[in-house]
Amino acid sequence: MDRKEYDQLAESLKPTGHKMKNAFYAFLYGGVIGAIAQGVLEFFMNVYHVKQEDATPMMIITLVFISCLLTGLGIYDKLAQKAGAGTFIPITGFANSMTSCALDSQSEGLIMGIGSNMFKLGGTVITYGIVSSALLGVIRYVITLFG
Amino acid sequence: MSLHFLGNSVTLENVYIVSSGTVCGPLEYLGPLGSCFDKSLQDYHYGEKSFEKAERKMLRDALDICLKREKLKYKDIDLYLGSDLLNQITSVNYLARELPQPFVGLYGACSGFALSMAMAGLLIDAGYVDKIVTMVSSHNATAERQYRYPVEYGVQKKDTTTFTATGAVSTLLTNQPQSVRVEAITLGRVIDYSQNDANDMGRAMAPAAFDTLMNHFQDLKRTFHDYDLVVTGDLSMYGHQILKEMLQRHKMDVVRYNDCGCMLYDLSSQPVFQGGSGCACSALVTMGSLYPQLKDKKLKRVLVVSTGALLSPMMSAQKESIPCIAHAISLEAIE
Repeated sequence: MDRKEYDQLAESLKPTGHKMKNAFYAFLYGGVIGAIAQGVLEFFMNVYHVKQEDATPMMIITLVFISCLLTGLGIYDKLAQKAGAGTFIPITGFANSMTSCALDSQSEGLIMGIGSNMFKLGGTVITYGIVSSALLGVIRYVITLFG
Repeated sequence: MSLHFLGNSVTLENVYIVSSGTVCGPLEYLGPLGSCFDKSLQDYHYGEKSFEKAERKMLRDALDICLKREKLKYKDIDLYLGSDLLNQITSVNYLARELPQPFVGLYGACSGFALSMAMAGLLIDAGYVDKIVTMVSSHNATAERQYRYPVEYGVQKKDTTTFTATGAVSTLLTNQPQSVRVEAITLGRVIDYSQNDANDMGRAMAPAAFDTLMNHFQDLKRTFHDYDLVVTGDLSMYGHQILKEMLQRHKMDVVRYNDCGCMLYDLSSQPVFQGGSGCACSALVTMGSLYPQLKDKKLKRVLVVSTGALLSPMMSAQKESIPCIAHAISLEAIE
């Protein structure tokens, strides 16, 4: 059997994916996280009378904290299996990537373990986040020179 | 090859299984074969500080159970063979520090069980050694960590994913007659069908299993009908269906065939996706469930084809496909 024939055979037997179901759950869980975040924001603004620009980072920190806690308790990865992109895309996904890396490497100690591995997965986001924001900054500067 | 080899296979005259020790993880204990194993873990840490140490402790426990059954000490064994999934075959190499006798570490990914049994068989049959212990292990958390993502990382796993079994198995082999013997072996070739997906091991490994099975049948002029049961190591539900279809297209009458990855767990209720994988998968099923059945003469002859994906995460990142291998051992009950 050649490779092409094998691929055809393997494709025909492939377990059927659940794309619609996954999309639905991602929408649902992502939406719920968004709603919770809005609730936390409103809470800081209305109960503690914090200004919105101050309340926003407080809300983000709260969400990150909850996400880290759920990761540590071993709940987040089980939620994520169902939620997919719903828990992966929001800031909670980033918090989970760092916490899970830190947890995983704690047996190698503070320096060789947690310190050097914490950004193993999240590092890509940081690297390209900074690179693209620097690039966009240059583009914006050039535009303002002519504008 | 030499006079003894028929193609890639050898029939062995004097290789017998004396005893075994099996330790399984929590999920394996809750599976359909849970009651077959000597010992089980309550949790993945097994009272140790790291998962790697937990895996080594499982190995030591399996070895102690195996030797205790025959009232043997570490020094009574001529040679130890060991295989696991970690870089530098860490678990068996570090355990071997405690052994007073020669040790050989083997790597064949998840095919480690059949590989070590086949090597033991060849060495005993050739008359070089009398008593060999083989040790294999895999641990879900250590393997996930090394080959995939951190254990607690929230990423949605694909439907084709397999679940690394947690467990350790020791087997004592000798040239003194016992009720079960290793009757023939077939060594595998490395087969690569250009599969790249590290989350779809069944599909990557099925061609290797096919190659070894066909070689075994051709070399020894046998078919599925010569066995009471033929099992593959860890192709899982998907890979096992592919292999079945491949064999049928080659006009093989596929009967009494199953996959250890599907036997170790209840696929309908346990969260293992397509089924089990890892060195421990075929080892636990064979030594925990099939070996006692051979001893009780409920099975006469069984073929175990342990499959392994010789994948390196570094090579996967460099966009290389996954080389795979499968080794077969035939176990037979003595009249």
